[in-house]
Amino acid sequence: MTDWYPLWNSLRIAAISCAVVFFLGIFFAYYAARLPRIVKGILDVILTLPMVLPPTVCGYFLLLVFGLRRPIGLWLATYGIRFVMTWYGGVLAATVVAFPLMYRTARGAFEAFDETLAYSGKTLGLSNAFIFWRIRMPACRQGILAGTVLAFARALGEYGATSMLIGYTPGRTATISTTVYQLWRTDDERGALFWVLVNLAISTVVLLIVNLLESRRKKAVKP
Amino acid sequence: MSLFVDIHKSYGAFSLDVAFEAESGITCLLGASGCGKSLTLKCIAGIETPDRGRIVLDGRTLFDSEIRVNLPPQKRRVGYLFQNYALFPNMTVRENILCGLRSEKNRVERERKLQEMIAVMQLGGLEDRKPDELSGGQQQRVALARILATEPALLMLDEPFSALDAHLRDSLKIELRDRLVDYGKTVLMVTHSRDEAYNLSRMIAVMDAGRILAMNETKALFRNPGSVSAAILTGCKNIASAIRTGEYEVEVPEWGIRLETAEPVGDGLEAVGLRAHYFNAGAGKNRYPVRFVEEMEEPFETILQFRYVGQSSETPPVWWRLSKEKKPSVFPEELGIAPANVLLLYRTDSEREPR
Repeated sequence: MTDWYPLWNSLRIAAISCAVVFFLGIFFAYYAARLPRIVKGILDVILTLPMVLPPTVCGYFLLLVFGLRRPIGLWLATYGIRFVMTWYGGVLAATVVAFPLMYRTARGAFEAFDETLAYSGKTLGLSNAFIFWRIRMPACRQGILAGTVLAFARALGEYGATSMLIGYTPGRTATISTTVYQLWRTDDERGALFWVLVNLAISTVVLLIVNLLESRRKKAVKP
Repeated sequence: MSLFVDIHKSYGAFSLDVAFEAESGITCLLGASGCGKSLTLKCIAGIETPDRGRIVLDGRTLFDSEIRVNLPPQKRRVGYLFQNYALFPNMTVRENILCGLRSEKNRVERERKLQEMIAVMQLGGLEDRKPDELSGGQQQRVALARILATEPALLMLDEPFSALDAHLRDSLKIELRDRLVDYGKTVLMVTHSRDEAYNLSRMIAVMDAGRILAMNETKALFRNPGSVSAAILTGCKNIASAIRTGEYEVEVPEWGIRLETAEPVGDGLEAVGLRAHYFNAGAGKNRYPVRFVEEMEEPFETILQFRYVGQSSETPPVWWRLSKEKKPSVFPEELGIAPANVLLLYRTDSEREPR
């Protein structure tokens, strides 16, 4: 009887962090696109750092902030929130590492947006919320969809920061990627291969869904 | 029905400083690109905020820096036809027009207005198309339908024909004019084309470097542009510095001639303009010997370039434009121009620096 916990844990970590990153990334991308150049440049570096840093370094910084002997970690612990050695700590790690992918792709899409569409929407009396969700977002769909997929894939495959922050506890914090490493390290090659195949299957399905959505959209455009 | 604008806005080295009033009918802002025409429209629409000034539309204050009024674009009731029409690419024609009808809460009434717009703008059969499946002319009609559905108090058109092929332009110009002639509201159009300005507008304001140089009824403005920039924008080809030498006489050193004028010459004269169409070979005033230097053919007209006999060959030649059938077989030795066709061009405030 296989223990399916790593699959379930990986999926929920990837799904939740992907959802968080989706809104957070769009929020920052939207506001960063209209900031003055210098502020934007600085913010950009900070927000993109997790993408270029080794994930273990991100994990190190996360432990610096949320470690149980650190002020913020201690303070959160008084409310029963511990990011160390918990599954939702995995959400935090995946969110931090996946965020830049969403942020950067969404920002690129927003910057390419023809601002006169928003202007004309305003002069037509459309609310800012309508302009954002019904005009800007659909026009930037490609970039946002691409960013979401990248973020999901990155969150699903997160290893470095995750292993630093939440370690590997079977049935509690184990994810697919940490399980693959653990099983391979303990010479369980068959077990490692099994989880590799599971991961491959999920990634394939995700890509298939994306392609399906894309081709559907293209068909809808044709008269 | 009137629009009052008096605004100032600085953009680094560029500053916009315009004041004008527009009544019902089409008023045109004519100017070269980068002169601030579009920025003026954006300020009126509320997309850009002027540094200071006042904008009043039909008695409603849209912007007033003194009493800190700055209505959002949504509340201004200003229709804005963008140069690229700005149709929402993800929506059908129908959905695009409905965007202009969202304030109409009654479904039946909304549908009625939608159908009315589709009928008026001759968009029947195109309702379910996306913008990229429409021709340039159709896109323009959809954009207009969408704007007129909002029943704006002011309609602004930003270079409405620049996105169209040349052969479509003329027919759409007539179409648009017919549509707007009975519109009854104030229409503000921006263009760099003197033909469009002449064809469509009742009043023209000539803009240059962020300022309005002259504002007048269209025909009066073409008859008497008043300044060098306005003369260039209205298509005057021959402009040269001039000095007042008498109440009805100016000297043009560059051409080596003196010209009699129909109007008394005032102070601050900068130059004279001679429209290329107005020379005559027969008897008349202001006749001087000329030497022809170049001939250029157009489909229906010929341009003959000449220099006055006293004119240095370093200076640009003078243009004479005439229809082909009027072209003389032998070039005349002398050309004249009626005093009424000598345009007197004066210095304006924005041209204080000597040229």
